[in-house]
Amino acid sequence: MIDYSKYLNSSIQSLRPSGIRKFFDIANEMDHVISLSIGEPDFQTPWHIRDEGIRSLEKGRTWYSPNRGFADLLQEISNYYKRRFSLTYEPTTQALVTVGGSEAIDLAFRSLVEKGDEVIIPQPAFVCYNPLCIMAGGVPVNINTRNEDNFRLRACDLEAAITPKTKMLVLPFPNNPTGAIMERKDLEEIAEVVKRHDLIVLSDEIYCELTYGDRNHVSIASIDGMYDRTIVINGFSKSYAMTGWRLGYALGPAPIISEMTKLHQYGIMSAPTTAQYAAIEALKNGDRDVNHMRDEYDMRRRLVVDSFNDMGLTCFEPLGAFYVFPCIKSTGLTSEEFCTRLIMEKHVAVVPGNAFGDCGEGFVRVSYSYSLNHLKAALERIREFLGELKNGD
Amino acid sequence: MTKLLKLLSENSNFSISELAAMLGEPEEAVKAQIKEYENKGIIRGYQAIINCDYLDDSFVEALIELKVTPKKETGFDEIAEMCMAFDEVESVYLMAGVYDLALIVRGQTMQDIAMFVAKKLSTIEGVLSTGTHFIMRRYKDRGLNLTEFGSDKDERSLIL
Repeated sequence: MIDYSKYLNSSIQSLRPSGIRKFFDIANEMDHVISLSIGEPDFQTPWHIRDEGIRSLEKGRTWYSPNRGFADLLQEISNYYKRRFSLTYEPTTQALVTVGGSEAIDLAFRSLVEKGDEVIIPQPAFVCYNPLCIMAGGVPVNINTRNEDNFRLRACDLEAAITPKTKMLVLPFPNNPTGAIMERKDLEEIAEVVKRHDLIVLSDEIYCELTYGDRNHVSIASIDGMYDRTIVINGFSKSYAMTGWRLGYALGPAPIISEMTKLHQYGIMSAPTTAQYAAIEALKNGDRDVNHMRDEYDMRRRLVVDSFNDMGLTCFEPLGAFYVFPCIKSTGLTSEEFCTRLIMEKHVAVVPGNAFGDCGEGFVRVSYSYSLNHLKAALERIREFLGELKNGD
Repeated sequence: MTKLLKLLSENSNFSISELAAMLGEPEEAVKAQIKEYENKGIIRGYQAIINCDYLDDSFVEALIELKVTPKKETGFDEIAEMCMAFDEVESVYLMAGVYDLALIVRGQTMQDIAMFVAKKLSTIEGVLSTGTHFIMRRYKDRGLNLTEFGSDKDERSLIL
C-alpha cells in the first residue's frame, strides 16, 4: 500500500471538509424530508436567457472564448456596473469573466497574497474564503460579526484585527449565511480604516441584486478613495438563477485584473462559451426577471422571519441574500444538536451556524430559496419541534 | 391582481398572520381587505384541489362542445344559463372558435355522461350539435402538478 499522505500537499491535507454537507447527506437518505439547506435559487434560469444559450449551440458556437471573456459580455458587465452602481470599469482592461464567482475569489487571493500575509475574513461567512486564502499561502484572520450589530462588520473590530502583516480584507455582503448587508455609512467607516492601513478589499457582491426593504446594494468601490483598492467579485448565479452555468467575473484596477487574467489563462483558459452567450442576454434583458425573483424572495423572507420570531427563535431582519439566521440559544441546544434533532425528529434539514465559523454557534442557517408552500410546511414542523422540546419530550 | 389575491389564489390556506407577514401589512388590514373581496364577490369561494387518481370512488369528467343558435334577445346567455342549472355541469365557458359553449360535465361513469348529453343537453332548444371528449388523466390542474413526475422534484444538490 502506498502512503499517499506523504505525497499530498500538507496544506490541502490540513483543510477540513465543509460542514454544510453533513445534514444534507442525512437528509438525502431519509424519506419525506423538507430541506431548508440549499443555497441556490429555486427558480430556473429565465427562458429567454436559456434560449440564447441554446441558440448559440444551434449556430455551432462551440469554441473557446477569448481568455478574458467575449468582448460583448465584458461590455455588458461594464454597462451593468455603471447602470446599477455608478461605477466605471474599462471592459478591455478592468474586467475578467471567470468560472463562477468562486474562481474569481481564488484568482484574487493567489494574485495578491504572499506567504505569511494576513487576510481579514469576517465570520460567519461562506465557507470558501479561509481554505482558498490558506492555499494561496495566506493566513486568514477571522473576526466576528455579531447578532446585536445585525451581523454588519464594525470598523472598530476591523481596526483591532489589523497587524503590520495585514494585506487584504474580504467583504462578503450581502452575506451568506446571515443575510446581513452593509449600508453606505457602514462602508464609509470601514473604508476609513482600509485607507489608513493601506489595505486591498475583495468585495464579494454575488448577492447584490437580492437586497430588500428599498435598500439598494452599495459597492464599497463607490466609496470615496476605494475604487483603486477594491476588487469586485460578482456573477450570474444568484441574480439570474444561473448557478449551473458557472459564470462569474471580477472587476478592479487594471494591474490586478491583468495578473488574475494570467492565472486564469494558464489554469482555466476561458469561461464556458455557451454560458457567456446566455449571460449577455441576461444583462441586456434580464432586469424584469431579477425584479420578479426579488419580490418573490422578499415575500418568503417576511414569512420566515415573522414565523421564527413568533416561535421564540429570535432573528434580526436580514436585508439581503436568501437566508435567515435565527438564534437557537433559547432551546439550550448547540447548533449541531438542534440540527441533528430537527432532522431526526421532524425531518427538516437546516445548516448549523458554526459551519460558517465558530461565532455561528448558537444559530442556524435557514434558506428561503423554496416555494411558499414548502416553507409553510417546514415552518409548521419546526414549530411542532419547539413545542415538543419545551414539553421535554 | 393584487399580491393578496395572487397569494390566496395560489394557496387559500395561508393564515391571516402569515399573509400579513408576507405583505408587510397589519393583520387587521388584511382581514378587512379579504372581507371586502368576499363581499364584492371578487373572492367567490375556497376549494381544495383534489387529485382524484388517488380516490377509490372516482368519477368521470368530459369536455362537451356545444354548437348553438344564439337567441335574438339574450344571445348565448340563455342557453348558458340552462346548462349551468344542471348539477352534472361543473363549468361553462363561452368560446371563440369552431364551437360556442364548452362544458365540463361530471358523472359516475362514461355511460352517465353519454346519457346526460343525449337526454339533457342535446334536447335544449337552440343546441345544434354536441361533441364529447372524455378526460383520461389530469397532469396539471389550476397551476398544480398532479403527477409524480415533472418539475416539482427538487433536483438541486448541495455543493458546499
